[in-house]
Amino acid sequence: MFGDDVVMLSRMQFGLTALYHFLFVPLTLGMTFILGIMESVYVMTGREVYKDMTKFWGKLFGINFAMGVTTGLTLEFQFGTNWAYYSHYVGDIFGPLLASEGWMAFFLESTFVGLFFFGWDKLSKVQHLVVTWLLAIGTSVSALWILIANGWMQYPVGAEFNYETLRMEMTSFADVFFNPVAQVKFVHTVAAGYVTGSMFVLGVSSWYLLNKRDVGFARRSFSIASAFGLASILSVIVLGDESGYTSGETQKIKLAAIEAEWETSPAPASFTLFGLPDQENERTDFAVKVPYLLGLIATRSIDEDVKGLKELRNESAERIKSGMLAYAELQKLRSGDNSEQTHQRFDAHKNDLGYGLLLKKYTDKVVDADAGMIQKAANDTIPKVGLLFWTFRIMVACGFTMLFIFAVAFYHCAVRNADQKRWLMRMAVWSIPLPWIAAETGWFVAEYGRQPWTISGVLPTHLSVSSLSSEQLWFSIGGFALFYTVLLVIELYLMFKYVRLGPSSLHTGRYFHELQVAQGR
Amino acid sequence: MFDYETIRLIWWLFIGVVAIAFALTEGFDFGICTLLPLLGKSDVERRVIINTVGATWEGNQVWLILLGGAIFAIWPAVYAALFSGLYVAMLLVLFALFFRPAGFDYRSKSSNPAWRNAWDWGLFIGGTLPPVLLGVLVGNLLLGLPFHLDQDLRPFYDGSFWALLSPFALLCGVISLLATTFHGALFLKWRTEGVIHDRARAAASVLGLLLLISLIAATLWGMSAINRPEITQMAGTSAASNPLNKTVIAAGPGWLYHFLAHPWMLFAPVLGFIGLALAWLLGRGQSTAGAFLMSSIGITGVLLTVGFGLFPFLLISTTDPRSSLTLWDATASHTTLLLAFWITVVFLPIVLLYTRWVYKVIWGSVTEAAVLKDSHTLY
Repeated sequence: MFGDDVVMLSRMQFGLTALYHFLFVPLTLGMTFILGIMESVYVMTGREVYKDMTKFWGKLFGINFAMGVTTGLTLEFQFGTNWAYYSHYVGDIFGPLLASEGWMAFFLESTFVGLFFFGWDKLSKVQHLVVTWLLAIGTSVSALWILIANGWMQYPVGAEFNYETLRMEMTSFADVFFNPVAQVKFVHTVAAGYVTGSMFVLGVSSWYLLNKRDVGFARRSFSIASAFGLASILSVIVLGDESGYTSGETQKIKLAAIEAEWETSPAPASFTLFGLPDQENERTDFAVKVPYLLGLIATRSIDEDVKGLKELRNESAERIKSGMLAYAELQKLRSGDNSEQTHQRFDAHKNDLGYGLLLKKYTDKVVDADAGMIQKAANDTIPKVGLLFWTFRIMVACGFTMLFIFAVAFYHCAVRNADQKRWLMRMAVWSIPLPWIAAETGWFVAEYGRQPWTISGVLPTHLSVSSLSSEQLWFSIGGFALFYTVLLVIELYLMFKYVRLGPSSLHTGRYFHELQVAQGR
Repeated sequence: MFDYETIRLIWWLFIGVVAIAFALTEGFDFGICTLLPLLGKSDVERRVIINTVGATWEGNQVWLILLGGAIFAIWPAVYAALFSGLYVAMLLVLFALFFRPAGFDYRSKSSNPAWRNAWDWGLFIGGTLPPVLLGVLVGNLLLGLPFHLDQDLRPFYDGSFWALLSPFALLCGVISLLATTFHGALFLKWRTEGVIHDRARAAASVLGLLLLISLIAATLWGMSAINRPEITQMAGTSAASNPLNKTVIAAGPGWLYHFLAHPWMLFAPVLGFIGLALAWLLGRGQSTAGAFLMSSIGITGVLLTVGFGLFPFLLISTTDPRSSLTLWDATASHTTLLLAFWITVVFLPIVLLYTRWVYKVIWGSVTEAAVLKDSHTLY
C-alpha cells in the first residue's frame, strides 16, 4: 500500500524516539519513590541529613525529569503525525486511555513537581512530604495508564470491529482496564523503574564511599537504595513479564520466539537456556535445555503444551484464510447488503479480519490472494527469533546481576559493614548502566516481538502509518537526531557535573567541597 | 444517561473548555518566554521573569497534552487527519517545545553567561514559534484544509507546508503571538515589582493596541475571506461516525451570514473585543489582577468566536468537501464518549482544586532580592 521505506522509516522513528524516552522514564519512576522514602525518614526523625538527601537526589531527578517531559511530548504528537490510520482505527480505545493518563497522572506529577522544588520554605514539613508522594504517585499512575494502553496493543480485549465506522470500538472498559497482560506489564515495568532509581542511587553513593566523601550522607543513601532495590528487583523477577505470555496468539508467538521453540514439544516443555537460533533452517543449534522449566513458567502446569513456532504459523495461515472471508463479507456490508446471512457470515469471521488485512501487503483486494501470498503473510507473523532470543537473555542477565548486587548490599547494610566492601561498591558503580540495558532490551522484546502488528491480530503495522512521503520522514528523523543528540550531551554533562559536586551543590556549607574550601585545601 | 447526540455536543463544549484553559494558562507562559530576552536586561532580571512561572509552567503545559489526548479520544478522525496532514508544522511546534523543559530547568545549573544567554533564546523560540504556528493553524481551520478520506477512511493531505502560510492565516499567527505576549505581559506586571513591572506595563500597552487593531482587521477580512461549506444531507446527529455518509457543497453562505443566522453567537466576538479593550485600558493603569482577568475573558471570547464560526464543522476540507469532519460524524463511539465524560466530570474539579492550591502557595511578587537569596534553588 505504502512504500516500504515509509513504513520502515516510520517504525525506525517510533522505535528511536520511544527507546530514547525510555532512557528517562524508569529513573523518574524510581527516583520519585526514593525521594518519598528519604523525605518520610526526614519528617519522622527530623534529621537534616535526610532533607539534604531528598534535595540533592531531587536535583539529579530534576535534570532527568526535564528530559522525560521533553521526549514524552514527542510520543503524544507522534501517534497522530506518523500513525494516523492507527489513530483512526483504535483511537476509540487508545485515546481515552491517554486522556485518562492526562487527567489522573500528568496533571498530578506536573503540578506538584514545581512545588517539590520551590515549596520547601512555603510549606510545612508534612505538606511538603505529601507533595513529594503525590509526585511519586503521579508518575506511577502515568505508567499504569500507558501500560494499559500498551497491554491492549499486545492483547486487545474489550473491543470489537464496527463495520459502519470501519474501526475498533470499545465494548467493555472493565475488560480493557483489567486486561491480564496490562496488569502484569504494569507491575513489571514500574518495579523495573524502581530498580533503576535504586541502582542509580546505590552506584553513585558507592562512588562517594569509595572516595571517602560525605560518608554519612552516602551510607544512608546506600542503605535506602539497597533495601528498596532488593524489594523491587524481586518484584520484577518473581512477577516477571513472562507470566503474561499465555494470553493471546501474538503473545504465544513472542514466547515461542524468545525460547526459540520451533516445534511443539510434549508437555512439560523444557526451557532453552542458551543456544544459537537458526532462522533459515528453523532450528536451534547447541541448545542447553532445562527440563520442565518452560512448561512451568508459561502454563503454570506440567501437562499443557507450549506451542512451537511452526504450529503457530500454521494457525496463522488458517486465520488468514478466515480473514479473507471476513474481508469479503465486509465489502458486501459496506456496499449496502444488509441481509441476515451476510451479517452472520461476517460475525463468524470478523475476529480474523486483521489476519486478512495482513494480505494487503501483497494484494490490495485481499480476497484474490493465492496460496503463495497466504504463505508469505503467515511467515510474516513469525518474528526474527535470534534478535528476540538474545535481547531477552541480555535483559534477564542484567536482572539477575542486579539481584545479586542488591542482595549482597542489603546483607552488608544489615550487618553494618557495607562501606568496607570495596569490591561491592566498585561493582555497584560499574553496574549503573545495567537497569537501562535491561529496560531497553525489555522494551525491544515486547514491541519488536509483536510485529507484524501494531495491535496484535487486529491491525498490521504496514497499514497503521500516515500517508506521508519519505522526505517528510527524513526531515523529522533528522530533527529528532539533532535535538536528541544535543540534549543528551547537555543532560549527561549536567548529571556528571552534579554527581561530582555531590551534596555540596546544596550550598549548606556542610559537605565535602565546601569543607575543603573552609579548611583552605 | 445522555443520548449520542447530546454527549457529542457536550464533548464539543468540553474540548472547547480544554482549548481555552490551554490558551489562558500556557498562553502567558509562552508570552513570558517571548518577552524574556526583550524585557530582561541583566541575568538577575531575567531570572525574575522566569521565576514568575517557574513553579507552574509544567502544570500549565499539561493542558496542551490533555488537548491532544482529548482530541485523540473524542475525535480520533480529527487527530489523525490534522496531525498527519500538518506534519511539518506539527513537528516544528514540537521541536520548539523541546526548548522549554531544558531551558527552564538547565539554565540556572551553570553560571556561564553564554550558557544562560543561549537558554534564554531557546526559551524565546519555545515561547514564540508554537503560538505563531498554532495561530496559523487556527487560520487554516477557518479557511479549510486540503485533505480527503479514502474509502477506508484513511486521511490524505493534498497540500504543502508553505501553502499554510496564506496572508489571512499569517495574520491569525500574528494575532496569536500578540495575544500570548499581551497576556504574558499582564501576568508579568501582576507578579513583579519595580523595573520589570514597569517594562511589562509598557509592553502590554503597545501589544494590547496592536492586538485590537489586528483583530479588527481579521474580523473584517474574515467576513469576505471565510467561506463555509454547507451540509445538504447527512445520516443524522446520532448516527455511527462515518464522515463519508453525507453530502456537502463547497461554498455555502459565508461566515458573516452564519453569525447573523444565529445572532446569539455574536456574544462571543463582543466578549472578545470588550474583554481585550478593557484589559488594554486597565493594563495601562495600576490594575494587575483586573487587567489579567479581562484579557482572559477577551481571549475566551476570541476562541469561542472561532468555535462558533466553524460549528458544526471541526475540520473543513477544501479539496473534497464531503470529507469534512463534523462533531456529528467524526466522534468516538457512544460508550467511549460517556466513559470519557465521567472521567472528566470527576477529575476536572480535582485538578482545578489542587492547581488553585499550588498557585496559592507560590503566589507573591518575585523580586530580585528573592532570586539572589535563593540563588541555588530557583531557576
